[in-house]
Amino acid sequence: MSWLPKSPKARRRLMLVAAIAPVLAVAAGLTLWGLSDSISFFYTPSQAEAARPAPGRSIQLGGLVAAGSVVKHPDGRVEFTVADQDAEDRVLFQGDLPDLFREGQGVVAIGAFREDGVFEAKRVLAKHDERYMPREVSKALKEQGEWYGDGQRPEHQGDVL
Amino acid sequence: MMIAEAGAFALMLALALSIAQTGLSIAARLRRSTVLAGAGEGAALGAFLGVAVAFAALVTAFVTSDFSVANVAANSHSQKPLLYRIAGAWGSHEGSMLLWCLALTGFGAAAAGLGRSLPRGLRSVTVATQGMLGVVFLAYTVFASNPLMRLAEPPVEGRSLNPLLQDPALALHPPFLYAGYVGMSVVFSFAVAALVEGRVDAAWARWVRPWTLAAWSFLTLGIMLGSFWAYYELGWGGWWFWDPVENASFMPWLVAAALLHSAVVTEKRGALPGWTVFLALAAFTFSMLGAFLVRSGVLTSVHAFAVDPTRGVLLLMILGVTAGAGFALFAWRAPSLPQGGVFAPVSRESALVLNNILLTAATATVLLGTLFPLIREAATGDAISVGPPYFNLTFTPLMAALLILLPAGPLLAWKRGDARGVMQRLWLAALIAFGAGLLTIALVSPRKALGAAGVALGAWLIAGALAEILERVRAFRAPASESWRRLWGLPRGAWGMTLAHLGLGVFVLGAVFETTWKVEAAETLPIGGALDAGAYHVTLDAIEAVEGANYEAERGAVTVTRDGEVICRAAPERRLYTAGGQTTSEVGLCYRGMSHVYVVLGERRDGGPEPVWLVRAYWNPWASLIFIGPAIMALGGFVSLSDRRLRLGVGGRREARA
Repeated sequence: MSWLPKSPKARRRLMLVAAIAPVLAVAAGLTLWGLSDSISFFYTPSQAEAARPAPGRSIQLGGLVAAGSVVKHPDGRVEFTVADQDAEDRVLFQGDLPDLFREGQGVVAIGAFREDGVFEAKRVLAKHDERYMPREVSKALKEQGEWYGDGQRPEHQGDVL
Repeated sequence: MMIAEAGAFALMLALALSIAQTGLSIAARLRRSTVLAGAGEGAALGAFLGVAVAFAALVTAFVTSDFSVANVAANSHSQKPLLYRIAGAWGSHEGSMLLWCLALTGFGAAAAGLGRSLPRGLRSVTVATQGMLGVVFLAYTVFASNPLMRLAEPPVEGRSLNPLLQDPALALHPPFLYAGYVGMSVVFSFAVAALVEGRVDAAWARWVRPWTLAAWSFLTLGIMLGSFWAYYELGWGGWWFWDPVENASFMPWLVAAALLHSAVVTEKRGALPGWTVFLALAAFTFSMLGAFLVRSGVLTSVHAFAVDPTRGVLLLMILGVTAGAGFALFAWRAPSLPQGGVFAPVSRESALVLNNILLTAATATVLLGTLFPLIREAATGDAISVGPPYFNLTFTPLMAALLILLPAGPLLAWKRGDARGVMQRLWLAALIAFGAGLLTIALVSPRKALGAAGVALGAWLIAGALAEILERVRAFRAPASESWRRLWGLPRGAWGMTLAHLGLGVFVLGAVFETTWKVEAAETLPIGGALDAGAYHVTLDAIEAVEGANYEAERGAVTVTRDGEVICRAAPERRLYTAGGQTTSEVGLCYRGMSHVYVVLGERRDGGPEPVWLVRAYWNPWASLIFIGPAIMALGGFVSLSDRRLRLGVGGRREARA
């Protein structure tokens, strides 16, 4: 193989590049594809109203569970309203709510809007820890000037972000 | 009741001793003084004892429910069982930082005490670096996150530890995880010492390996325990969610795995010295990054506990300064490191280089996916999340490529390998793997090609690991007695490697099988109602109220049958912890060989003619293997660690002591 460089050092370097380049190319390609295709956006109800995500597109909807909005059907479905200051969305969820799901607390619902505007959640997240709110929720609410903490531990209000 | 004060004083003392450790060791290096070096090592031991006393004081405060200590008041409760009162000591941000410091100074003292056979200069710089890390983290703990602070007005009762954390697996998870995370600090210190001394050779690599092995094995166990906890405590039926907190522990693990392999090349062949040092620095950097990500709350996680964003900034600064200094030193000194030996394209060295390329690329994809929400938010202001689809798309193919090549690596010779010979030795393993895949397609319904390929991959790893052992003992080629003698004569290091690779195969089998063929069912059931998960029929027989030590619960009596035959009875619970007002689920698990029937009792729904309960049932085939595999891998690590070749001195370097 006369086209290979003569010195062993240069040969080794070439070998290394030949091994690294394809792995790197595959990794970079997959990463770009993954990041363009399989990320999901987070919206509060008013942001969702503005952004209008396509029905069926997987997103995360976050906000406060409106007080008095939770309806638990005997067949296992739950309906509740996720609200921020300016808008609210009805969420439909089939299944068991997380242990820390409460009215008035922050939640993130993962799922997609239906054609009729109802958000169908595949999973509902609250925190393990009752003291904190999902970060996007607290941030979005703060930006809207609607931040009361979640009432459980007032001394923590200040340093949630 | 002066215990907390004594602890706080001991912690201060430990900080002072760490400063002394650093100063004395640097002076020892500059003046080449054995006396000063000995004093520095003594200070390292003293610092460890100081932190140990502080930690004991904190545990005592938790056990005796001394609510005048702020941390105890915020995280404990007098009605908690003893184990969880002890575990409460590391259930909070402050307490877990103290545990971190305990591990850090403990490893520092161990490195100082066990480093007798190291060249003097290398040893002094290592102890000095470890001392600096101790200073930074102890100062942070003492001044920004002291767990032994008193309250002016102690409450009568504590706020209790988050009930989800009151679990045996999770009580043990942080100590193992931290032993792993912080074990990398010794490796980091060794790397700094090697750069300062300008020597990265076989002796150095042989010194780094046992520490990496120990840290990696602990980390493996820690991650496995955390995953097992998430599996049965969260009640989501899953064991890995590609959550930022999980990734934070997984990245140092991947880097440490790469380091273990590249250190072998440096030790045996003197090659890749710069790269090995780079990985040694990177491993602890990823540990610190993990600590920062987990504690700062900058990323949204389902597992965020001890979150405190104000302190996150401090941790970020520690990370920046420590890692920055390490890598700056690397950039300065690495070009002067010697070049290693040459090797052919087909050789053990090449295989290990490829292993490192793939592991590093996989780590990079995980890192990017973990940090991408931050990058995106900074760039465009959009809040996004990167979930399992991204990681399945990027990480899994890279890993699959690595695992396909894995069995060939150990069979290749150093310097120049024989590809055809390796194929001859692996054809049986390949046949077994192929057969396992075909059997899976034939027997398991529904038919899934990708799942079958995954099973074949797991079988390939296990068979490949066994083939490697057979090859070593020359089975079927030498007389049986000869093979038997060789088997007993195999070094522990060889057994360790085989076990680790075998464990990986076991894990792959479990992970693939569970992910591909799990069955999920959810229904609301009245008493006497039933649902089906796969072939299993789950009947809710009764619900009873139970009073626990610090909770009230509804306990379901569930009977699992298959074809009318009773398989087992499970008792899933839904607990209300009165102290914090939280509810948690206790999963009912039925073990069927390696598979699980997994039953979660949900909330009660009234409103119909009779009360109903939400019941979810999963059939998780081969799920035990997911946790047994990593346990075997960690066992491999410890077996390898017990190899006397690693414990013996560095041979030819003894003259340095004379």
